[in-house]
Amino acid sequence: MPAEMTAAAVAVAGLSKGYGRVKALDDVSFAVPTGSVTALLGLNGAGKTTLFQILTGLFVADAGRVSVFGDDIAAAPVRALGHMGIVFQQPVLDLDLTVRQNLAFHAGLHGLKRHRAAAAIAAGLARFRIGDLAARRVRELSGGTRRKVELARALVTSPRLLLLDEPSQGLDTRSRSELVADVFALAAERGTTVLWATHLVAEVAGADRVVVLHRGRVAADGTPAELIAAEGVDSLEAAFLAIARSGAAEAA
Amino acid sequence: MSLTVLLAVVWRELLRFRHQTSRLVSALVRPTLWLVVFSAGFQNVLGISITPPYGSYITYDVYMLPGLLGMVLLFQGMQSSLALVFDREAGMLRLLLTAPAPRWFVLLAKLVAAAVLSVVQAYVFLAVAALFGVDMPALAPLTLLPALVLGGFALGSVGLLLTVYVRRMENFAGTMNFVIFPAFFSTALFPIWKVQDSGTAWIVDVIRLNPFTYVVEMIRFAAYGRFDAPSWAVTAAVGLSAFLLSVRGYDPQKGMLGRKPRNEG
Repeated sequence: MPAEMTAAAVAVAGLSKGYGRVKALDDVSFAVPTGSVTALLGLNGAGKTTLFQILTGLFVADAGRVSVFGDDIAAAPVRALGHMGIVFQQPVLDLDLTVRQNLAFHAGLHGLKRHRAAAAIAAGLARFRIGDLAARRVRELSGGTRRKVELARALVTSPRLLLLDEPSQGLDTRSRSELVADVFALAAERGTTVLWATHLVAEVAGADRVVVLHRGRVAADGTPAELIAAEGVDSLEAAFLAIARSGAAEAA
Repeated sequence: MSLTVLLAVVWRELLRFRHQTSRLVSALVRPTLWLVVFSAGFQNVLGISITPPYGSYITYDVYMLPGLLGMVLLFQGMQSSLALVFDREAGMLRLLLTAPAPRWFVLLAKLVAAAVLSVVQAYVFLAVAALFGVDMPALAPLTLLPALVLGGFALGSVGLLLTVYVRRMENFAGTMNFVIFPAFFSTALFPIWKVQDSGTAWIVDVIRLNPFTYVVEMIRFAAYGRFDAPSWAVTAAVGLSAFLLSVRGYDPQKGMLGRKPRNEG
């Protein structure tokens, strides 16, 4: 097997980050295998967002390293960011621009030439069934549709890694299940590696791997089946709750 | 450092600007009002005798025009930094900062966008002034261009630097109140010798220390086809330092960003 197939898409090693006396991340290490859908499960305040901010180069870790397809985010941020498509927790769209303009802006930021961008945008809009909304201003769209626009945008550059930070926040049940189906279909078709942070276990029940983050530490890391077996329960949801409970008991 | 990144950032600012025609109107109404009202009121009070770059006695409106052009640049510089603070609050800044381009280059692209908008507005105001019959040398639109570009960059840089320290929209509203101050304490509205004549020495000192004075003088000399090296040097130095400090401020390793948690989860 060639090295790049076996190498991790994301390798996080010994990552720590504190805000004053609060340790948001404490010696966090895990790997996201190339081509996998990896869930990053954690309750609110577990450190998921801090981790994402370090992964995307917005924050600098106090200690530890992150590499994305072999490129270190601190040492080679431009190359590392070039591998990523990101959907942020908070919606990030220019509300005054149209759907197509938002996507074109992003394509430009990633250095895509115009004709290539146009084709990629058309394909992305079609994939998420929002082609007919291309000329509408984002301000006029519902929350669920805006999320589709953001997903389409993250994929315009055909990234090898898709980072999703609680992408279903604020969505209704239907939009949420569409989002889940879209992401898993995409990963299966294109082989895109996905790192998906959420506290909603149901969304990522189909993930290849699960990393549970609790109070800034990795509390569990394995396949869903492994986590369920280790906790001696019958579902991933129950396993997650058990891990979170034991983590809380440990801290108390 | 692709040109595509630069074009994308400029293109977005132009698109946004086009959607906000009220911005252009308000950007022009203020200096136009000053031009019309002040020159009517002060025309006979403030005659301007022959001082460089003027080769003859000039009326007050003619004196004011370069200062007002400087104010158009100043206000657009602040407007652009306000837009950046807004981008940060709306999250759009994350999109910019996670683009696979060096951070200084992304900030430079923002600055180019700000300068483009500034220069466009300055020219529109120049046309308005011409409609009001304010005299300018025939070649002024041409000789002014480099000065307006540098002035737009420099004041845009200062605005960019402000966004490093002014982190929230509400605080920025307060800051905007002070934007007009540099114009008062400069040669935009009256020549420095008028203040010297009045004997208020401290104001003379402030005017000499105020970088905006040099932006205005650079524009004034350029309008008459003359190159005033000191004002170019000061403007360029202020612009460059402000830009370098901004780049430092936006560096997650050294600057203000990344110190405080945001939307912690």
